[in-house]
Amino acid sequence: MHELSIAESIVDSVVQRTGGRRVHVVRVRVGRLTAVVPDALRFCFELATAGTPLEGARLEVDQTDARVHCRACEKDVAVTDLLLLCDCGSADVDVVSGRELQVSSVEVV
Amino acid sequence: MCSTCGCGTDGARITVAGHEHTHDHISGRTDDHSLDRAHEHAHEHPHEHPVDRTHTLELEVAVLARNDHLAEQNRAWLTERGIRALNLMSSPGAGKTTLLERTIAESGTGVSVIEGDQETVFDAERIRAAGARAVQVNTGAGCHLDADMVRRALEELRPDPAETLFIENVGNLVCPALFDLGEARKVVVISVTEGDDKPLKYPHMFAAADLVLVNKIDLLPYVDFDVHRVERDARELNPGLDLLPVSARTGENLTDWYDWISQI
Repeated sequence: MHELSIAESIVDSVVQRTGGRRVHVVRVRVGRLTAVVPDALRFCFELATAGTPLEGARLEVDQTDARVHCRACEKDVAVTDLLLLCDCGSADVDVVSGRELQVSSVEVV
Repeated sequence: MCSTCGCGTDGARITVAGHEHTHDHISGRTDDHSLDRAHEHAHEHPHEHPVDRTHTLELEVAVLARNDHLAEQNRAWLTERGIRALNLMSSPGAGKTTLLERTIAESGTGVSVIEGDQETVFDAERIRAAGARAVQVNTGAGCHLDADMVRRALEELRPDPAETLFIENVGNLVCPALFDLGEARKVVVISVTEGDDKPLKYPHMFAAADLVLVNKIDLLPYVDFDVHRVERDARELNPGLDLLPVSARTGENLTDWYDWISQI
């Protein structure tokens, strides 16, 4: 259940930037290649925010699709799982997106 | 972690093998809330309509920035001293500690170990009995080591320059994959009794690995385990990884493992 650690890190990084201000919404970007399950993250977020200025805040998860750049055919293609293969069959690819794990914004009073 | 609802961060306990006292470094928030308290809170904040008065703050901050920052500090500290650090990950019972016992016995001095387990100092004691210095990190309910735990363990362990440092992560093929500890290499140990479908079942772990050690190959005659399948699947996830079949019990192929370490 590493989502609990992730949720705690979210709370820490938000509080660090918002001080004691009450936070009502937290928006996070979670790439599909990260080992983070949004439902588990939401569950843990409720636990991690209790007793903090984020208590009761809504967590909005924006799951970003995974894309790779293929060095063989020089194209960017979407991938649906961790088997990072280009449509041309090459595994010589660079991840362009899908590994994001970021707090994008918050709603504060 | 709070025993009521599983929330919060309790301080990991760090114990130097051979010392009786435990260093409790409790950091972060305290576990002073419970389901009851959450209920009380519902009445502390009356039915206001805050949405009208809120405004958006753009943050764009990496969630694991703090862990990654501490991991970089660990990495710099280790690199300055010429210490090779390896993060060993596997499911429970794959043979990490046995592998380390044999590695210590056969490579002599110059090895120290950070042992991660939820509870007990069993593994640190085994490592110490094998002849190396060890500290035990007990994560309590935590399912992985993080960079802060390793930083604190390093303060206790103080490995000598040019040593090899093994960080034996909590037995778990999921969570440790996500947390950089400051190691030079990540090593995944998989044993033949676990089944050859593990790379595709736990892809994040194999995608993060530099080396896969297939352990307990002395048991290959008794189990249906296809080493080539593991190698093929693991390389599909991670074309750059190395793979070595070994037996920590019989010592088979362990010189390949020692050679691999010496090339770091």
